[in-house]
Amino acid sequence: MPKLPKLPAPPLPSALQAPPPRPGEQNGAAGPIEQAKEAGTTVVDWVDERTSLSGTGRWLLFRKVPKGTNWFYTLGSATLFAFLSQAVTGVFLAMYYRPDPAGGAYESIRHVTNEVFLGQFVRGMHKWGSSVMVILVFLHMGRVFFFGAYKYPRELNWVIGVVLLILTMVMSFTGYLLPFDQRAYWATIVGVNINGTGPLIGPYLSDFLRGGGEFGATTLSRFYAIHMLLVPGLIVALIGAHLYLVTKLGTTAPPWQKAKERAELLEEEV
Amino acid sequence: MSDKHSKHKSKYTADRMIPGAFEGETVTRRRFMTGTAHTAGALAAGAFTLPALGFALGPVFKSTPHTWETVGTASDFTEDNYTPVIVTLTAGIGEAGKTTVYVRKFNPKIDTDPYDRSSRYIAISSRCAHLGCPVRWVDAAERFICPCHGGVYDLLGKRVGGPPVRPLDRFYTRVSGEAVQIGPRFSVNSELRRFSPRDPGEPIDGIGQYLYPSRPTAQKP
Repeated sequence: MPKLPKLPAPPLPSALQAPPPRPGEQNGAAGPIEQAKEAGTTVVDWVDERTSLSGTGRWLLFRKVPKGTNWFYTLGSATLFAFLSQAVTGVFLAMYYRPDPAGGAYESIRHVTNEVFLGQFVRGMHKWGSSVMVILVFLHMGRVFFFGAYKYPRELNWVIGVVLLILTMVMSFTGYLLPFDQRAYWATIVGVNINGTGPLIGPYLSDFLRGGGEFGATTLSRFYAIHMLLVPGLIVALIGAHLYLVTKLGTTAPPWQKAKERAELLEEEV
Repeated sequence: MSDKHSKHKSKYTADRMIPGAFEGETVTRRRFMTGTAHTAGALAAGAFTLPALGFALGPVFKSTPHTWETVGTASDFTEDNYTPVIVTLTAGIGEAGKTTVYVRKFNPKIDTDPYDRSSRYIAISSRCAHLGCPVRWVDAAERFICPCHGGVYDLLGKRVGGPPVRPLDRFYTRVSGEAVQIGPRFSVNSELRRFSPRDPGEPIDGIGQYLYPSRPTAQKP
C-alpha cells in the first residue's frame, strides 16, 4: 500500500501561537502552550520535591510482570473498580437517603427512583453493581486459587482477601435492608435470625445487629451506619494493605508457564 | 544472645554504670519515659474506643419493658378457631413494629398439655420458629403454614412438618374487665413448657436451652 501524504496540522489560533523570535535571538519567547506545559511540570516538581511521591508512583505502577500474564490477572482491578463505583454512587445516594423506619426510608428511595434526575440510574448502578462486585470477588478468588497464587510468600494476602470477601458480604447484607420495602424487611428478619442460630453467641449477635430484642427503631440506622461508615472504612484500609502486598511481592506466573532452562543452572549435571 | 544480658547484667542501674543512676533504681529513665508515653497513649485511645464500644453494645444488655395491649372482648374469640389480631411490638416505627397474633379461647379438650392450663386465652405468635417469616392460619387445613420455607404447625402451634426447630411462640394473655389483653412473648418447647423468649431458629429442647441462652433483652415477665 503506497504511503499517503501526511495532512498538515491545523494552524493554531493566533492567541496560542508563540511570538516570532526577535532579531538576533535564536529562539523566541515561550508561547502560551509552552508556558502551560512549563507550569504543569513546575507544579509536579514542586509537590515531588516536598513528598518524593514520584518514586512511590513508579514503584507502584511500573512493575515487572511475569511472562504469561493474561486477562485473568485483571479481575482484581475489576473488583477494585466495582468497589470504587459502589463508593461513588453510594456517597451520592446518601445525599437523598433518610434512614427513617416509620416510612421515610421507603419514601426517600421512591423519591430517588421516580423523581430525582438520573436517580433511577445512579440507584441502579449501586444496586446491580453490588451483585457485579460479589461476582468479581469470587472470580478473582477463583483465579488466585486455581493459579496457585496464594502460596508462599502470599498467604497473608490471601487472608486479607478472605476478610475483604466477608466484609463485601456484610455490605450486601446491610445494604439489602435500606430500601425498607417488604423484601428488604423480611430478608433482614431471616438474615438476622440465621446469625442467631450460631450456638452461644448467636442470640447476642442477633441482639447486637437489631439493637435490641426485636426489630426496632434503631435497627435501620444501625444497618445504615455499618453499611456506609464502618465497613467501607475497613474495606478501604484492607484494599490498601492488599495492594501494598501485591506491589511488594509481585504477581505470579500462570502455572502452565515453564521457567526457561538456562545453561549456567544446568552445570551440575555435566 | 539474650541470656548474656540477663546473666551478667545487674537489675540495678547503678551497677550497670548508667550516668545519673542512684541507689536502688532498677528502671532506666529512658525506659520509664517510654512506658509513660505508651500508657498515656493507651489511656487516650481507650478513652474514646471503650465508650464507643459500650455505646454500640449497650442495647444487647438492655431489657425491654413489658406492655399489655387490648385486642378485643370475649365475644370476639371462639374456642375452636383462631382470630387474627394486630399488636404493636415496637412503637413509633409504623408497620415494621407490628405483628399478627392468633387468639382463641382456652379449650380444655385441646389444651391438655400440663404446662398449658393457666390462662383463659391462647395467643399464638405468627413468627415462624424457623427463621421468623410470618405464618398464617389456614382454616381448611387446620394448620399454621409458613410461606418462606414450608414450616407447618398444628392447632396448638406444634411443628408437624418442615424445618422449624420448636413450636410457635406464644404471648401471655389476661382479662382486664371486659378487655382481652396480650402481654409479653414467651417460647415453648415441644412439650409446651414455657421458656423466656428465644429468637427463631433456636431449639430449646434438651441441650438447645443451654446453647441458646436467655438474653437480657428478652426476659420472662
